[in-house]
Amino acid sequence: MKLSDLSHRLAQWLAGTGPLAEIVISSRIRLARNVAGFPFLSRCSEDQRRQIADTLQGAITAAGVLDDPLTVDVEQAVELDRQFLVERQLISRQHAAGSGARRMLANGAETVALMVNEEDHLRMQVLATGLQLESAYETIDRIDDAVEKRVAYAYSGRYGYLTACPTNVGTGIRVSVMLHLPALKMTGEIEKVFQAARDMRLAIRGLFGEGTEAGGDFFQVSNQTTLGRTEKQIIQDFREQIIPDIIQYEKVAREALVDRKTDVIDDKVFRSLGLLRCARLLSTSETLFHLSLIRLGVHLGRIRDLSLQTVNELFLFSQPGHLQKAAGREMTPDERAKARAEMIRAKLN
Amino acid sequence: MNGHKRKCDKCDRPATVHLTEIIDGQKLEKHLCEVCATQEGLTLQPTMGINQMLEEFISHTQQAKQLGELVCDHCGMSFLEFRQGGLLGCPHDYEAFATALVPLLQRAHEGAGEHVGKVPTHAGGDEQRQTQLLRLRTALKDAVVNELYEQAARLRDEIHKLETS
Ligand SMILES: [Zn+2]
Ligand SMILES: [Zn+2]
Repeated sequence: MKLSDLSHRLAQWLAGTGPLAEIVISSRIRLARNVAGFPFLSRCSEDQRRQIADTLQGAITAAGVLDDPLTVDVEQAVELDRQFLVERQLISRQHAAGSGARRMLANGAETVALMVNEEDHLRMQVLATGLQLESAYETIDRIDDAVEKRVAYAYSGRYGYLTACPTNVGTGIRVSVMLHLPALKMTGEIEKVFQAARDMRLAIRGLFGEGTEAGGDFFQVSNQTTLGRTEKQIIQDFREQIIPDIIQYEKVAREALVDRKTDVIDDKVFRSLGLLRCARLLSTSETLFHLSLIRLGVHLGRIRDLSLQTVNELFLFSQPGHLQKAAGREMTPDERAKARAEMIRAKLN
Repeated sequence: MNGHKRKCDKCDRPATVHLTEIIDGQKLEKHLCEVCATQEGLTLQPTMGINQMLEEFISHTQQAKQLGELVCDHCGMSFLEFRQGGLLGCPHDYEAFATALVPLLQRAHEGAGEHVGKVPTHAGGDEQRQTQLLRLRTALKDAVVNELYEQAARLRDEIHKLETS
């Protein structure tokens, strides 16, 4: 598998086919691990960083946990490729912007991605479409076991898996879901959701941009506590306590919009569709805004000739790195605005 | 922190945790000190980042100066440096900074201070060996920086022996 093979392909976790995919775009579980006997990265020499990277890459390869593997030397990769990987959520922004020996190994389906030398020596993630936390954990747990047979992790009986930042220590687990909440945003009830999530000690942030406002209707909710609870408890709390409520609120809000404000919602949805079908220049934020409404329209059955999957594709392919990869060259923001509009017109007409 | 001074609902310390709960339509206010809040399983500002948490913790700790002087003898990281950067230097720091870290961990993790989750199959007897490898590798790094090549070669041999044992 090569990086260029991915540029016209939808990542499996964006297929829009998983449970509750109309609201839960994707589920992610990430584990943080460090190799025993080495300092954390802030105290590593370049030589040590390289040793760690080689050790882990060797162990992961020998473990045979990645089907049709894709390996990227992030240190050597050009900026455009790193941005492309960030957009596909295969690496974090931090990993893209870092320095020194660092790598990424993924399976061909892009459901598993392992970052070597990010904040910790190893960060392993499983991404799944819709709400599928339990099966995502089973997968990551199995991979963790296979790697751990070949590399000793920094671990203490008292504190568990030892991580560079104490906020990850213990299980080293980060459970997140990416949510699409346009109706709650429209009715202004989103603030209540934020508050409820914070009260449950969950972190919530806006996606596709900075802060909770940017990017509009997409939010990522994650656990913050990693110590003193088992992985299963953490997932269960997350799965049972707050996420079903948020999903339920969004469902009710969507139904209420259709029942009571049919004309208003139809007007919004079809204006967005019309705009994206005709526009000649589109910025990222404008695209996100309209795609979000179209996605809502598809789920509500107002727009019948588009699938969630097509809309998800547009989200992915309209990002700057993807547009440039598809064009095979770097582009200015103005050139991208034109290419974005062209790509979207071609898909929607 | 709020400007007004208000006593904890449960003891005489100043309240620093202020909560408003709505139960059956009734608004209920709680004002607690950090200790009582932790006992109740309530934690402070959940979205607070590690740096902010450290900042608050340190500024409220009388032994702040002593804590700042804690240094890990494995990687050379001081607690002060950790405070500034937010990231630890090596796994041993959890022991070296324990006095300062334990309360911090409890605040970050809903009062919990100990791991109850997954245990790696190789865990246990390995801790000592991990510590020794860490110490040797740090010494090796120093030897290379100081161009002490004979010492570096000896340390490399020792690391190799320990790794393959
Ligand atoms: Zn009190
Ligand atoms: Zn240390």
